[in-house]
Amino acid sequence: MTLSFEIPLLVLLIVTAAGAILVKDLVSAVFILGSYSFSLALVWAWLGAVDVAFVEAVVGAGLTTVFFLLTLFSTSQQDTRIRRLPAPWTVVVGLPFLGLLLLYGAHDLPLFGDPASPASMHISSEYLERSLGETRTPNVVSSVLMDYRSFDTLIETVVIFTAGIACAFLLKRRDP
Amino acid sequence: MIQEHDSVIVQTLGRVVIPLAQLFGLYVLVFGQHGPGGGFVGGVILAMSMILSILIFGQDAADSRLARKVLHGDGLGLLIFAGVGGLCLIGGGQFMNYASLEVPGLDEPSRRYLGILLTQVGVAVDVGVTGVSIALSLSSSEKEEVSHV
Repeated sequence: MTLSFEIPLLVLLIVTAAGAILVKDLVSAVFILGSYSFSLALVWAWLGAVDVAFVEAVVGAGLTTVFFLLTLFSTSQQDTRIRRLPAPWTVVVGLPFLGLLLLYGAHDLPLFGDPASPASMHISSEYLERSLGETRTPNVVSSVLMDYRSFDTLIETVVIFTAGIACAFLLKRRDP
Repeated sequence: MIQEHDSVIVQTLGRVVIPLAQLFGLYVLVFGQHGPGGGFVGGVILAMSMILSILIFGQDAADSRLARKVLHGDGLGLLIFAGVGGLCLIGGGQFMNYASLEVPGLDEPSRRYLGILLTQVGVAVDVGVTGVSIALSLSSSEKEEVSHV
């Protein structure tokens, strides 16, 4: 039953990722990248990570698409490289070897949802058991994000603040 | 500079979609601690609705003093977030331990609820302002600067 929509979703992910790289028209590439983010959001939701899926759908399929389009308005819409450099033989040999190595390593990963995997054994059970008593917040995700790990969220906000300031300096309009 | 979109369909749809998107963003922001969502996503949705209004109705619709000085809100969001942590510190607890927010007449769950809500509003303000300011600076072209002088 799971296989019925799992395989098409992953195939769609790979096809859209390849299409975003290969297509020549940059506006089409931006929209294909948006659909890639949307199918990735579906994959996250299927894995049960609803918050991640939400962020992926809103930021990946929404905000970055708009930013890319606004950037394309002030540049040309075609990929105008005259010729692509031929890949050196180290890349041709090395990348498939690296892929095989990754596949070999992925063989040892725990199964999805395995209760004996290190990710479920180590600390998440502590959070699940004690978060309601300690933080009085009904949602474990927000209690971890905003209470146990609030320093992380604060520094993350500082990162966004810095990015906004840096973009404002780089894209600054000249004062009349 | 982005001109007003001349299609009636787009404008009519924008009048319907933008308030709905803002309502949904506020819902995600406020309800985020009980369900999926939260400050980050809510702020992005609010910023997206404003960017959509800029794209549809042209930049003049959003070109108020608020939009020009929009980047000043960037520090405001961070100040709200860190200020809630500082208030916890003043209340006698640890930094970011919302149980020691000094609000009279609130029990501990309500204090934690208030603390998380305020910090998420801070994140939302920061993220939304950053998104809108990047979109505004991307959409301002050289031609507008010449005509502006």
